[in-house]
Amino acid sequence: MQKFFEFISQLDRRIIFIFVALAIILPLIFPLNIKFTVTEPVRGFYDAIEKVPNGSKVLFACDFEPGSLPELYPMTYAALEQMLKKDLKIIALSLWPAGPPLAEKALTDMAQNEFKKTYGVDYVNLGFKEGREVVMVSMGSSIPNTFPQDYRGTKVSQIPIMQGVNNFKDVKLIVNISAGYPGTKEWVQQVQARYNIGLVSGCTAVSAPEYYPYYQSKQLLGLLGGMKGAAEYEILVNRIGLGRRGMDAQSMAHVIIFLFIVLGNLAYLSLKKKGT
Amino acid sequence: MSYEILGVWVAAFFTLCIFSFLYRDNFFYKLAEHIFVGISAGYGVALQIENVLKPNLLKPLFQEGKMILIIPFILSALLFSRLYSKISWLSRWALALLIGIFSGAAIIGFGSGDLVLQINANLLPLKTNSFLTTFNNFILTFGLITCLLYFFFSKEHKGGFGFIARIGIYFLMISFGASFGYTVMSRMSLLIGRVYFIFGQWLGIIQ
Repeated sequence: MQKFFEFISQLDRRIIFIFVALAIILPLIFPLNIKFTVTEPVRGFYDAIEKVPNGSKVLFACDFEPGSLPELYPMTYAALEQMLKKDLKIIALSLWPAGPPLAEKALTDMAQNEFKKTYGVDYVNLGFKEGREVVMVSMGSSIPNTFPQDYRGTKVSQIPIMQGVNNFKDVKLIVNISAGYPGTKEWVQQVQARYNIGLVSGCTAVSAPEYYPYYQSKQLLGLLGGMKGAAEYEILVNRIGLGRRGMDAQSMAHVIIFLFIVLGNLAYLSLKKKGT
Repeated sequence: MSYEILGVWVAAFFTLCIFSFLYRDNFFYKLAEHIFVGISAGYGVALQIENVLKPNLLKPLFQEGKMILIIPFILSALLFSRLYSKISWLSRWALALLIGIFSGAAIIGFGSGDLVLQINANLLPLKTNSFLTTFNNFILTFGLITCLLYFFFSKEHKGGFGFIARIGIYFLMISFGASFGYTVMSRMSLLIGRVYFIFGQWLGIIQ
């Protein structure tokens, strides 16, 4: 046993990488279909959108960039599916520079190609605006003044969906997909608290522990935390996306990491006891 | 070869370049890293000009004649005075305005959105009809008090006070553990995304 612990303590990190890689690759190729349940914050996210009357306007803040796509794109697509099924009018925007093309792709795939919706009538992409919290505050006064034109360069005053939309009072819900700052925290602080508007968030797993207090205080009506949250949400929306497909790999990778943490600690304690 | 297929091959090449760092630092990793930094910087500058500067300042000011925008135009120009040491102090006016606006927005947002509402949300009843709710509320209240006492440094952490502060550390450790777990989950998700891309979109093994 002592020799095994010595071997573990001197294990090349690249061996661990191989184990983690196998734990991810194999379940993706040969699915295990591990079952998991839908948690309350995820159901809150789903219910909040379901409660919005059909045909209402919602703000869809896509505050992310390519680095967070595997975690946030599955929930973006699933949220779009739920909103489009309810015929909600989607006003998309981003406070992250690389966000608009990603939002545009998701909107084109879902709204245009899958649900045959019309750009400008059923959905619009307002693009990116620099200014972080200041943009949010400015939108509280006037959305058309903050975003004078959309992502495609059309004047907001000429876009049908934007008629009658002046500030946050003219949308029923804010759906925020957030990769960090500026994101959910700022939407809560600057908009939800100030204008008392419903807000749901889908975020990276790293950010989730920071946002759970907002769910507990009801400032967030629902919360999707990382790929696990996306997978649970996909069950509710009845969609098979990367969230559900990736759960087997995620679970197996966690088991491998857990085993290495336990083995590493046992080896450390054993060698410490021996005085090695 | 269509642009889409070419894009997949380029993305796969750069993904493998980055993964090669797992073995050791090498030329391909550095190449991918430098290209990424260069493209990001170029994209950022182009985006700010096309998406912010032109529609919000240059077009309304010079084409639509909104002369009030001359003020932000001058302030923006002052930021570039930092390039000349003799007049670099002029940039402080614009910076002062920026810092003032951001600080003001952040303080109001934190006060109303975080401080007051979070304190309110933590004033929970310790006697309810549900045992689990009572238990949860008790844990939350007890954890909150012990953590706050841990950060109270006006009294030495000894005796009964030190014991309670120590319990606060354990609560903090549990929260750090949860955060670490979520971080691992997050990083694994990113890896899954890339593996899915390589074995799905690129190699076509995963359908």
